[in-house]
Amino acid sequence: MALLHTVNKSPFERNALDSCLRHARKGSAILFIEDGVYALVQGAEYTDKVEQAASRFSLYALEPDLDARGIPPERLIDGVQLVDYHGFVELAVSHDRVQSWL
Amino acid sequence: MSTGGSSSEQNSKRFLCVNRRAPHGTIYALESLEVVLAATAFEQRVTVLFLDDGVFQLVKNQNTDALGVKNFSPTYKALEMYEVERVVVERESLDRRGISEDDLIIPVDVLAEDEISELFESHDILLNF
Amino acid sequence: MIRPIAANPQKAAQKEGIIASMKFAVVVNEGPYQHQAADTAFNFSRAVLERGHQIDRVFFYHDGVNAATRLAVPPQDDRDITRKWSQLADEHGLDLVVCVAAAQRRGIIDADERRRHGKDADNIAPGFRISGLGQLIETAIDADRVVVFGD
Repeated sequence: MALLHTVNKSPFERNALDSCLRHARKGSAILFIEDGVYALVQGAEYTDKVEQAASRFSLYALEPDLDARGIPPERLIDGVQLVDYHGFVELAVSHDRVQSWL
Repeated sequence: MSTGGSSSEQNSKRFLCVNRRAPHGTIYALESLEVVLAATAFEQRVTVLFLDDGVFQLVKNQNTDALGVKNFSPTYKALEMYEVERVVVERESLDRRGISEDDLIIPVDVLAEDEISELFESHDILLNF
Repeated sequence: MIRPIAANPQKAAQKEGIIASMKFAVVVNEGPYQHQAADTAFNFSRAVLERGHQIDRVFFYHDGVNAATRLAVPPQDDRDITRKWSQLADEHGLDLVVCVAAAQRRGIIDADERRRHGKDADNIAPGFRISGLGQLIETAIDADRVVVFGD
């Protein structure tokens, strides 16, 4: 059983990421979409926390959302895989359920 | 127009309705409750989970008269009558907000963080509002 | 680290000896323009279809029902979300369902609702239909995957 979690809000605005990290089980995937991608930027308050998360979960970012926000891949923490909407669909297919943290 | 009644009797799936928002500030609490009642009307197995600010939805003595908005909190008392299988509240969410089970309008199952994690795996359908 | 994105994903999937086509239920909880969820839901749904999977139903709830008004006049140099849904529905035979209770609250009306409630107009866009929450329950049961887009 492996879940795909999505986080769509910035951790500076909402506790969606915090709650996701507290409840996701080791080995699940977390896909950052929409404003959620801001959590992945290096050198920020949440960076340590998200880097630790990278060792427990597979982290993904929806690349169109990074592009829209002017965040180049090199500004992200290590260990994040970029996907497009097709990749998003395939993550949903290859995981048992999708849990949307809003 | 299809009413969808026929498929539900053969297929009873486990729904987890996840509530993470406080009542009244937004409509999610009210409209998610309507989904819960619909799921039970279609004879599905429903767990209602209150997490993070969602725990505030269950606080007693809500009085919305001065707001001029409907007070829907009495509807939570109907969950048992509608045969919702389980009403779950997270211990950490209560503690962080300085409220206890005694503050809540109905009896609930209080679970710890890791028990909540398990709910996402043990339910077939995860609805978030 | 960048994951390579196949130039023709559908062909690539077929070559990989495909995953069986899955049925998706898509739930849209936010209205157009106000929240990105409305766009993400559309883009995801289109990708589902491009990859050879099916959409059992798209269910619009909360402010999501606002996608179903045909009266919106978005700026010409920007996307028309309602029209995109109507077109996608037409091309793929999608079932776009708007929750009646949420629609009533927000003023999304079809001809039946107009008559029933004595309103002087209706405004539902092509390809959308108004129905009950049972349609959400039903599609959640019938689909292989349920994906919720909200705020």
